[in-house]
Amino acid sequence: MSGKAKDTAGARVDFAAPLGFSFNGRRYTGYRGDTLASALLRNGVRLVARSFKYHRPRGIVSAGAEEPAALVQLGSGAHTEPNLRATQVELYDGLEATSVNAWPSVDVDLGALNGLFAKIFVAGFYYKTFMHPKSFWMRCYEPAIRRMAGLGKAPTLADPERYDHKHVHCDVLVAGGGPAGLAAALAAARTGARVILADEQSAFGGQILGRQQTIGGAPALDWVAASLAELSRAPEARLLPRTTVFGYYDHNYLCLIERRTDHLAPAARPAELTRQRLWHVRAKRVVLATGAHERPLVFADNDRPGVMLAHAAQAYANRYGALAGRRAVVFTNNDSAYGAAFDLGRAGTEIAAIIDLRTAPPAALREQARAEGIEVLANAAVSAVHGARAVRAVSVHGLDADGGRVSGPGRRIPCDLLAHSGGWNPALHLHSQARGALRFRAEDGCFVPGATRQKNVSVGAANGSFALADALREGFAAGAEAAKEAGFSSAASSMPGSEPESFAPPRLLWVVPSTKPPGRGRAKHFVDLAHDVAVADIRLAEREGLHSIEHVKRYTTSGMGTDQGKTSNVNASAILAAQLGAPIPAVGVTTFRPPYTPVAYGAMAGREVGALMDPVRVTPMHDWHLAHGAVFEDVGLWKRPRYYPKPGEDMKAAVNRECRAARSAVAVLDASTLGKIDVRGRDAALFLNRIYTNRFDNLAIGRCRYGLMCRDTGMVFDDGVTARLGENHFHMTTTTGNAAAVLDWLEEYSQTEWPELEVYFTSVTEQWATVSIAGPKAHALLAELAPGLPLDDEKFSFMSMREAAVAGFSARVFRISFTGELSYEINLPGYFGFALWEAVMAAGAKHGITPYGTEAMHVLRAEKGFVIVGQETDGTVTPLDLGMGWIVAKSKGDFLGRRSLARADCVRDDRKQLVGILTESPEEVLPEGAQLVLDPAAPVPMPMAGHVTSSYFSANLGRSIALALVKGGQARIGQAIYAPLEDRTVKAAIVEPAFIK
Amino acid sequence: MLLIPCPWCGPCAEVEFRCGGEAHIARPENPETLSDEAWADYLFMRTNPKGWHRERWYHVHGCRRWFNLVRHTVSHAIADAYKMGETPPALPDEEAKR
Repeated sequence: MSGKAKDTAGARVDFAAPLGFSFNGRRYTGYRGDTLASALLRNGVRLVARSFKYHRPRGIVSAGAEEPAALVQLGSGAHTEPNLRATQVELYDGLEATSVNAWPSVDVDLGALNGLFAKIFVAGFYYKTFMHPKSFWMRCYEPAIRRMAGLGKAPTLADPERYDHKHVHCDVLVAGGGPAGLAAALAAARTGARVILADEQSAFGGQILGRQQTIGGAPALDWVAASLAELSRAPEARLLPRTTVFGYYDHNYLCLIERRTDHLAPAARPAELTRQRLWHVRAKRVVLATGAHERPLVFADNDRPGVMLAHAAQAYANRYGALAGRRAVVFTNNDSAYGAAFDLGRAGTEIAAIIDLRTAPPAALREQARAEGIEVLANAAVSAVHGARAVRAVSVHGLDADGGRVSGPGRRIPCDLLAHSGGWNPALHLHSQARGALRFRAEDGCFVPGATRQKNVSVGAANGSFALADALREGFAAGAEAAKEAGFSSAASSMPGSEPESFAPPRLLWVVPSTKPPGRGRAKHFVDLAHDVAVADIRLAEREGLHSIEHVKRYTTSGMGTDQGKTSNVNASAILAAQLGAPIPAVGVTTFRPPYTPVAYGAMAGREVGALMDPVRVTPMHDWHLAHGAVFEDVGLWKRPRYYPKPGEDMKAAVNRECRAARSAVAVLDASTLGKIDVRGRDAALFLNRIYTNRFDNLAIGRCRYGLMCRDTGMVFDDGVTARLGENHFHMTTTTGNAAAVLDWLEEYSQTEWPELEVYFTSVTEQWATVSIAGPKAHALLAELAPGLPLDDEKFSFMSMREAAVAGFSARVFRISFTGELSYEINLPGYFGFALWEAVMAAGAKHGITPYGTEAMHVLRAEKGFVIVGQETDGTVTPLDLGMGWIVAKSKGDFLGRRSLARADCVRDDRKQLVGILTESPEEVLPEGAQLVLDPAAPVPMPMAGHVTSSYFSANLGRSIALALVKGGQARIGQAIYAPLEDRTVKAAIVEPAFIK
Repeated sequence: MLLIPCPWCGPCAEVEFRCGGEAHIARPENPETLSDEAWADYLFMRTNPKGWHRERWYHVHGCRRWFNLVRHTVSHAIADAYKMGETPPALPDEEAKR
């Protein structure tokens, strides 16, 4: 059993502040300062999770971010969060946690039957076992695997929490607030540099928090407190606890996630605080003081609850006053575990023995162990762990000369905790994300930072400098240097030292020998506890021909858990290297990718959710549309009325009514969203000549012209009507969705290709509101609204523009038409748009004026065969394909796209060309996008002849109409074509793409 | 995310910009005189160097000016930024890519 430590004087837990919490439905008590893991251990809870694949019982392995096993689901309902590491969850009153991946419960888990079939669940079993029959994958295997092998449950309700983003610049960002990071921050802050010090834990201090060390002859925690006090006083230093630097991107851009309220009981979370804050930091210099992760030893059944990393057990005792066991065996290949053993002993755990793989552990440590009454067994190994749901005992064997096999008689040592240490792996994640090189340090069996590619430096344990004194010295020097490089001069100051520590070389036995080799017998030698990957899996992958560590990772899924292999990756590389007979650095490690630890999607989204996800653009007449029941559609960011249903009308009835009104009386459209660009300058006409396929230099002032723009590839890019307002002044319109792209296009050619042309572009889309009236009675309506404007064809002909007072407002009236009916587009300053619309509606009432939306607009223009760029075109369509050769000038000189239209591919006869489609049945409205074939009896896959681009029911024609792009279509007018739909094939005729002439 | 030194605005975050591909590809004066192959070469073919590269950028959410950048395509180091029409600077040594 475990429990409370004997002496909790140094603990950072407030035993006067009890907190109630529940785990798997049972109630427990912890204290302020606890993590869920420390509270569970103090309560004697050993079995906390079931493993990913075999559902083996698992306990707490670590005391930090590297935890591979103790995953929990927190909370319930909308607030639930899956797959959190119990070692990082701060306890609060009322916390509710459950084990993940256990059914029906963590104590009785039916999934553990998987363990009996372990031979099936070998490396790559996904690819081997669930192959046949093929259809079973989607219906049967995958859902079952998801249920059995999944981890926590994603919430099904919307996240009620709020998240923020913050963008800051700083001189020096220090990642990690252990001794090296604190020293770096101090040195940098003393220069006056702007410093950010971030640490993922609730308290700064890093490894100091879990050990009993001294700095400058006093307890190290005193130095931590003094350093934090100094940093708090520094005006430009910012301390960010509970903040993980999770991503290191280009040009010293780093992302940090700050957990602001997760440590508080939900009722105690201040309403004004967002839950988490994502910091975007651009730092001139970065100091990486991210510490190191203790490397597990790989031995038989090294996953049993009660097998824990030595320094995790030490931290639980020292920092949390929680004992991970009553009787421990300490198993190590290095010196550092001795300190853990001594601390555990003093805290009240009986140390049954220290098992040291090395033949000759340092004499000083053996002497100290003897003084503490601890037996040390050298050249020995834990060969077996006894107890399935909790460690009951371990077997210990001696080793042969080269450490390859166990030898001699075994000895069984009863214990409930096996604290082990295989050495240390610097946390290289951020250094590596910043594309820093890695170097293998053979004597310690770990990778350390090599050359950096960005403006960063690693210090302390993250740099492989594991001794406290080295971390302090390195950190301090790096902090001063970083500030200096950022332009700050440092006053002379110094850093105190610490006591010497013993770091004799470890004995690197990557797989600890046991009585039976891995893969034989029932014991499993786990490499990756998060994904249940054992030594035998990696060796099997190698035998099956996977020799790259990246391939082995994907095949075995080693290192692909939510922990991303923090405890397993180096072991996996070393085991593969041994199997290949290659040096470890030649095998390398898998790529480190952000995030360092999982980040909630909510935090990434920040405030850009719901109504704030995208900006919304509305026209000046929007409130009228709202008040009159318009159904809107999104066109780009715009809200455009799609149709205006009257009571009892569905969409089809409303659109039919609107379409009939436009051809029989008068209808009105809010066309304000049309892109509008004011083009001015001495060379404006010449510029437009080069941009459009047709001429604009010969356009008379006061006249309008429809123009088509192509990319230089000859493909249609945009269209619209442009009016000439003056000699050097044009009013260009673009499609609604393309307005910004067209403006960019004009700027690009103006700035990069033809800078010698004097021409300026201004977006005036919002500045002008546009009321478009169409229909036989449009003339009468406008005559009444604009009595001073002569409307006869002589004075105001088609494709002309006049300035006039309309309903008392100064307006530009364009006599242009997208419906084929007599139509006027009245432009006036946006501010008056609403008033003009109301005036038009009032004056039009006697004519039966009908507002119409984009759907009717689409039908009306399709009846005339007018294309919509982006509907009939998709970036692969030329003007000729659209049958618009008439708009491609032959004699004006070069324009964008001209040369391409003569390319061999653009003059093929069998290009897809625009045609009209009339279904045999007039009621049949083909789905847009429907594929078309010439021979419906052709074997599948049928040769495709084209596709439907637009398809509607035309009330004016009393039948369906469609536009389509069909291979060689212009030569096929009159022929039959077929649309094979899901449940039937529709016969149709190819016709000219104009249904109302 | 890159920190791009716009010659008009100074250093700004990459999200404000759009990359316009390889720089100094002039549109041919007389496209009509080019063969299909030569025209396709202008339209579609770009160098894709591993190393220093001159490319066009557009400060679309800033001053809306096009300019040129000398960027290392592996390290993303930026050696120079210069306005349209200015003489292209020499490419730095491969070593200077940090």
